[in-house]
Amino acid sequence: MAGRDWNPWRRLLALPNESRTKTVLVAFLVSAICAALVSGATVVLRPIQAANRAAEEQARISALVQGIPGMGALLEQSGGTLSTVVIDLESGRAAGDVTPATLAAALDDPANWTALDPGQDLAGLGQRPDYAQVLLLRNGETVSLLLLPMSGQGYGGRIDAIMALRGDTNTIAGIAVTQHSETPGLGGRIEEAAWQAGFPGTELGDEAGEIRFRVARGAASSPYEVDGITGATRTGRAVTGMVRFWLGSDGYGPLLAAIRREEF
Amino acid sequence: MARRIDYWGVLTRQLISQNPVTLQILGICSALAVTTSLATALTMSVSLTVVLTLSAGIVSVIRHHIPDSIRLIVQIVIVASLVIVIDQVLQAYLPDISRALSVYVGLITTNCLVLGRTEAFARHNPPLPTMVDAFGNGLGYSFILLLLGGIRELFGKGELFGIEVLPLADAGGWFTPLSLMLLAPSAFFLLGLLVWAIRSLRPEQAEAPEYSPPRTATEAAE
Repeated sequence: MAGRDWNPWRRLLALPNESRTKTVLVAFLVSAICAALVSGATVVLRPIQAANRAAEEQARISALVQGIPGMGALLEQSGGTLSTVVIDLESGRAAGDVTPATLAAALDDPANWTALDPGQDLAGLGQRPDYAQVLLLRNGETVSLLLLPMSGQGYGGRIDAIMALRGDTNTIAGIAVTQHSETPGLGGRIEEAAWQAGFPGTELGDEAGEIRFRVARGAASSPYEVDGITGATRTGRAVTGMVRFWLGSDGYGPLLAAIRREEF
Repeated sequence: MARRIDYWGVLTRQLISQNPVTLQILGICSALAVTTSLATALTMSVSLTVVLTLSAGIVSVIRHHIPDSIRLIVQIVIVASLVIVIDQVLQAYLPDISRALSVYVGLITTNCLVLGRTEAFARHNPPLPTMVDAFGNGLGYSFILLLLGGIRELFGKGELFGIEVLPLADAGGWFTPLSLMLLAPSAFFLLGLLVWAIRSLRPEQAEAPEYSPPRTATEAAE
């Protein structure tokens, strides 16, 4: 017989499979190697995935704009470009010191976020950024179209969407869902064009200025409603909350008021 | 020791006579969900075959050192990690198809086909035969998926791989698409017919009935 083997690796392999040490060590090694593999793949591939998502969002914005009746002609008239503005949500005016280029950096600073108390927090976000980037289409001096990004807590995760509002700030011109984690085939149908087609023409609020928009349970029965999705009540409620929050006084309300006063 | 293994036989046997989907009825969930078009069916097939072959190979390599008490969890951890890597690769390089496949790539982890192969075959055999066997199994699954995907896309949309094959009635042709083909029930029907056809041609695949219906009163009286 050879002397005792001092190589710890070979000693581990020589242990009987049922021994406790080997069980724990094998479990640990397998988990460690798998964890390294998964993290490695995620880190290496993240930039490509982020680029994909950005391209997709851009495609959705242009599809949204193109899908609004009369938009194509309007775009050509105005030179075909939407202007990008960073808005200070508190005051409803263009933010002086934050530009689209520095927006991401500004939002990394927790001081630029406002915590929401549960009463205000219709979208289930917990906190709200103080700055948001919106796109505007001007027709001469007046704003004829607004693209407002919004997000809210859905049933399966965060829903990100871009809502297009007409210049009267009360008529929806369209919506594009840019990201969601809702149940495929149920709540996931919010990304389908057939459902989103219910939005154009829907009104947000009544004459008194109170927001009455909601996703109906079943078919829409008033000018303020869009059709609900069967089997996706929670998702519908989340979309209602998201729209009400972002177009209300804690969201883009001050901006919309400024546009109505033609101060913007 | 010099027992030669008929690798070609292992590969081809699993296409029809040992097909994991139609004989063992494994992996049905994904076979129903992702076969609305050939492109998704192909991506899913390739993903599953890669995961199955690699995980069977890895399990086979470490088969002498997997403690029996934790063997299932070790196998699942390996399978799940490979699935996440494949999912990330798809999200990076094939974002559209990855969206169409939604959760089903992730569900490869729980596909009984994968665990069945690692548990039944990979744990007892050396890496090469294991990987050939797993690859053949993946091919059998892919064959059924592509067949279903092809039939459903052809009759549901008049297309194959998104290219129009049958001119649609809407566009002046003669073919009216069968929308049912794009819904999940049609996959059940097709798969059922396929299993029935294969078992009629090869009666040895049919399972023995588990119980016979009780005799009726008239039969009993005779």
